[in-house]
Amino acid sequence: MHPHNNSRNHNHLNHDRAHDRPNDHTHDSRSPPIEYLDHPADLKFRVYGETIEEAFEYAALAMFGAMIDTATVHQTETLKIDLVADDCEDLLYDFLSELLYLFEAEEIVFGWFDVKRIEERCGKYHLIACASGEEIDTDRHRFGIGVKAVTFHEMVIERTDRGYLIQAILDT
Amino acid sequence: MPTKNKKREMPKLTRVTDYIWDIPTDYREKMRVPGRLFLSPRLLEGLEIDTLSQTANVATLPGIQKYAMAMPDAHPGYGFPIGGVAAFDSEEGVISPGGVGFDINCGVRVIRTNLTEADIRPKIGKLVDALFRAVPTGVGAKSKLKVSDSELRRVFEDGAKWAVEEGYGVPEDLIHCEENGRIELPGDLKVSEKVMKRGRPQLGTLGSGNHFLEVQCVREIYDNKIADAFGLHKGDITVMIHCGSRGAGHQICTDHLRALERASKKYGIELVDRQLACAPVQSKEGQEYFAAMCAGANYAWANRQVITHWVRETFHRFFGADIEMDLVYDVAHNVAKLEKHTIDGRQRMVYVHRKGATRAFPAGHPDVPKAYRSVGQPVLIPGSMGTPSYILCGMEKAMELTFGSACHGAGRVGSRKKALRDFRGEDIEKELLAKGITVKATNPSILAEEAPAVYKPSDAVVDVVHRVGIACRVVQVVPIGVAKG
Repeated sequence: MHPHNNSRNHNHLNHDRAHDRPNDHTHDSRSPPIEYLDHPADLKFRVYGETIEEAFEYAALAMFGAMIDTATVHQTETLKIDLVADDCEDLLYDFLSELLYLFEAEEIVFGWFDVKRIEERCGKYHLIACASGEEIDTDRHRFGIGVKAVTFHEMVIERTDRGYLIQAILDT
Repeated sequence: MPTKNKKREMPKLTRVTDYIWDIPTDYREKMRVPGRLFLSPRLLEGLEIDTLSQTANVATLPGIQKYAMAMPDAHPGYGFPIGGVAAFDSEEGVISPGGVGFDINCGVRVIRTNLTEADIRPKIGKLVDALFRAVPTGVGAKSKLKVSDSELRRVFEDGAKWAVEEGYGVPEDLIHCEENGRIELPGDLKVSEKVMKRGRPQLGTLGSGNHFLEVQCVREIYDNKIADAFGLHKGDITVMIHCGSRGAGHQICTDHLRALERASKKYGIELVDRQLACAPVQSKEGQEYFAAMCAGANYAWANRQVITHWVRETFHRFFGADIEMDLVYDVAHNVAKLEKHTIDGRQRMVYVHRKGATRAFPAGHPDVPKAYRSVGQPVLIPGSMGTPSYILCGMEKAMELTFGSACHGAGRVGSRKKALRDFRGEDIEKELLAKGITVKATNPSILAEEAPAVYKPSDAVVDVVHRVGIACRVVQVVPIGVAKG
């Protein structure tokens, strides 16, 4: 299992849409939606989405993709996530932390993420999402590294001329 | 593109001795005290700029005493560097989850046996397999324990004492743990429902990453008198357990990092890095974090105690019930503690943050168990997978120089991504086997990611600590069998 081999072809999102945009100066059109970067101790990733919702989905996929080949995860259970935070970075921290919590407390491994809506209302950021996966079965699920927690360290959420870029570091 | 790290200047360090280097307060604005690095000239060459700047950042926090310190194994962390030590005044200072880390009371314990390498060698493969089965290991591994809510609350309140009272160990184990395996909670237990739910399925599990369970052999004795006091002799088999508070601790840190970030704003503490989130230690938020952190630390001690019990059961099955398996000691290397230290000739209470640093109290200190009080506290320094570990002994200089602290291990130097590119787990397994080390992991990729080459050699780190005189080398132990998450 290598994080790079994770579920590009198994995610419900249509990555190819992103390939049609011509005037992209921020990253070239062949760049994958999920990139794992070198970091001395932990897990650093960068993801690109056409929308902020899609970028959040890829961030979640990057986190689980580092732990397991998400192609081996079936979609038998779906949990709903509903969060409110003061800013977008807090929302990302809370979203990934919530998924990590559900993974460990409910013992469900996720491989599919559908962020339905992220919006700003009255100075607060709201997120509604669904995460799908199945109960952990260590006979079948081959985990690599574990993610302990999400950090704010070098966290970037940025609007680019083609969509959104997210960078984050997870403590492993 | 994401914001590039601004080019930061390498600070001009002030040489105090060949092994002590200070970051002057004019390195960056708002530093209240200098930074202090304990490094050999060679380790200094390889030091990352982020380790320096994070040490300087810690020096900006209110109430910091003497120096923001970095141990010889320091490397960049979040907010505080890993290998960082900082003490804050117990009234005017702050407390910060960034100074403890996500894995609260990640720590190490060593069990000594009266077995020799010759007893172990013929059975090592089967023994490592059996230990691997006895102790749930790796991501997603389920605990063998079924604890109720009230039992789990007692785990957070009573730590290793809970485990011993439940039959997972003997009372002597508690005497040989830092804090006797339990920090008295300052008030009623208050942890979130999430902490409870994340903690329940993982009690009695090793975890993953750099955590391990190792069967080792005492290879070198550097100080006979102290080794005798620790009950260690050349050729003895020891067992080392390295793990922490699992998801419970991670959740406590996650919860409070957000709460303390809000508190930093509320109390007007200017943060140069978001991960330095902190609160005045006497504020409601500060004390709530401290209480929850203590509960997390207790969980970790209970965890290592339960694992110890299963290790003993396994050894007894292989080698008989009458073999000796006494706990030498158990140290926390991610923790904040309220301790008494002499500062400018006066005794003061301070919150000492040790993030990737080990307490190293000297002979005569009341917190050192009676059996070791004439020599000092055992300081346990795990190596990386397949490399030697060291047992040191706390020295008086640690009280003068480092708030009674020493290094904690071998700092990581290579990324996991690069390790996966450069190594194959199967090759690492073979290489280690050729050196007489049997390893077993949940997944070969773990062996690649934890390849010995991605860590700084721990002997260089230990050498600095020994030369500076904060802890002296007592024994070197080498691995024979390793179980990895």
